[in-house]
Amino acid sequence: MVIVQAEKFNTGAEIERITKDRTDIGAVVSFTGLVRDFNDGAAVQSLTLEHYPGMTERELEKIELSARAKWDLQDCLIIHRFGKMALAEPIVLVVTASKHRHDAFEAAAFLMDWLKTKAPFWKLEADNEGNADWVKERASDQDALKRWKD
Amino acid sequence: MKILYFAWLRAKVGLSEETLVLPENVTSLYELITWLKKRGPAYEEIFSDLNVVRIAIDQEHITGDAPLAGVSEIAFFPPVTGG
Repeated sequence: MVIVQAEKFNTGAEIERITKDRTDIGAVVSFTGLVRDFNDGAAVQSLTLEHYPGMTERELEKIELSARAKWDLQDCLIIHRFGKMALAEPIVLVVTASKHRHDAFEAAAFLMDWLKTKAPFWKLEADNEGNADWVKERASDQDALKRWKD
Repeated sequence: MKILYFAWLRAKVGLSEETLVLPENVTSLYELITWLKKRGPAYEEIFSDLNVVRIAIDQEHITGDAPLAGVSEIAFFPPVTGG
């Protein structure tokens, strides 16, 4: 399932919702991305995420379908926020559930690597002094994709 | 045709979207970019280095030139930085 929302989410509550009353799930893996107070050495006070409504959901749904085709998943959830966020708030959540741990681990890493390079989101970081800068693409994010090429 | 701009491209052009009627001789994506560049200095600037611009046609990522027949929406944006 894909959810794109402005509101905060609670990782623990989402995991519980997925696993509650399920007896076929042996492993659940989650990744939560948070707003941190530095980037490339510069202080960050808040983060604003712009996105492309419509295309964002489509891209995330495609990525979820790819993961489900590659691994045996009992469930899969992607939540990505947009709008203004304060330090330490959650930005993104990926939860994967499978019978055994391998599929859940691998699928969660795959989802994050693809999401970072395909989902149309852009981060604007603001500091205390009223400066705001668009975050630049990282070569390491492109490199991370290479491990998934067959 | 609906044209959308995101992130710093939106900020430079000063618009998030506009609906334009293309001249008949603009039939491909590259022809569209050439035509848009003539609309003013902000357009000239955002398209001055196409290595830093990403493009989606009808909400699908695209690389290289493409025909515009049947296309309803084109978006221009920087490399994505979500997650």
